[in-house]
Amino acid sequence: MSKFKKKGSGELPKISTASLPDIVFMLLFFFMVATVLRDNTLMIQNTLPAADQIQKLDKKDRVIYIYAGKPSARYQDKYGNQPRIQLNDKFATVSDVGAYVLAERASKREELQNVLTTALKVDGETKMGLISDIKQELRKVNALKINYTTRIGDYTQNN
Amino acid sequence: MGRRSAPEVNAGSMADIAFLLLIFFLVTTTIETDSGINRKLPPMEEIIDPPIIKERNIFTVVVNKNNQILVEEKLMEIRSLRSEAVAFLDNGGGLAEEACDYCQGSRDRSSSDNPDKAIISLKNDRETDYKVYISVQNELVAAYNELRNREFLRLYPQENMDYVQADRKYTDPRTDKKVKEKLREKLSVIKLMYPMKLSEAEPNKTS
Repeated sequence: MSKFKKKGSGELPKISTASLPDIVFMLLFFFMVATVLRDNTLMIQNTLPAADQIQKLDKKDRVIYIYAGKPSARYQDKYGNQPRIQLNDKFATVSDVGAYVLAERASKREELQNVLTTALKVDGETKMGLISDIKQELRKVNALKINYTTRIGDYTQNN
Repeated sequence: MGRRSAPEVNAGSMADIAFLLLIFFLVTTTIETDSGINRKLPPMEEIIDPPIIKERNIFTVVVNKNNQILVEEKLMEIRSLRSEAVAFLDNGGGLAEEACDYCQGSRDRSSSDNPDKAIISLKNDRETDYKVYISVQNELVAAYNELRNREFLRLYPQENMDYVQADRKYTDPRTDKKVKEKLREKLSVIKLMYPMKLSEAEPNKTS
């Protein structure tokens, strides 16, 4: 019997899997840290223009976001490649902006309703016509504080 | 027999390595806060009786549909826009009660009277690119900031910072209330010296 046993022990020993959970946790932590949390899934291209004379945006609960830009590649066959407005998770037209801002404002706490800022996150390639239309709509609903959200950089990067 | 099989690797330190990595990523990542150029839109009410503004007090900047910049009807490169705007705002060409004692400009009679009267008018076309518009906005804001920085450093050298830094400190929620109060006074003095009068006309339709 002992002869057989000797043969068996010549096989490779089992690899310990005790460290597997650690590896998994490590990956988990990495992705947790590397991921930027977003409230909205962007359906548009959104390369912000660069500027250096900037001010920090207010706290998140005091900001209403409006996105605009060309639909991203996978939405282009459905929505075309003309710049569009995105509110929350949906494409919208200029006429929806006013109602959206009013609805957002109503959903905020009362003491914040007068200090809201509207952040325009617009792709650099967009034409000003669309932005002027948005601004007109904002004026109509009296949302006068706006912020052109930019990334930090010199204006020469905007070419 | 026991010597033949490989000894089990001690996995006890694995957790330490994982935590080390976790802490490394925690420390090196910064949570992004958005920043940008703040603007106030004019209210919707129609102005019935618009004030009469002298031509020399208006600095017109037009961005046309080909993204060219026209300052006072002359074509200009964007890199000279800032210095032109500074020269206009800081001109101080006014006489008597309209004089500006802190301006360091050329006191040209055909340019602005004083910073309070000086208005920058920005007009763009519907076909202008947003990024060009932002660049122009950025340069005009930079012109104001340049002048405000200069005056802040001149009037409050003990603060040891310029206007932009002071403003950033003022808006920082971590700043002490007392410090904020003091800063606000100083900031508003500077703002009065160089008020930001940036008027935006509604864009032209491309013909």
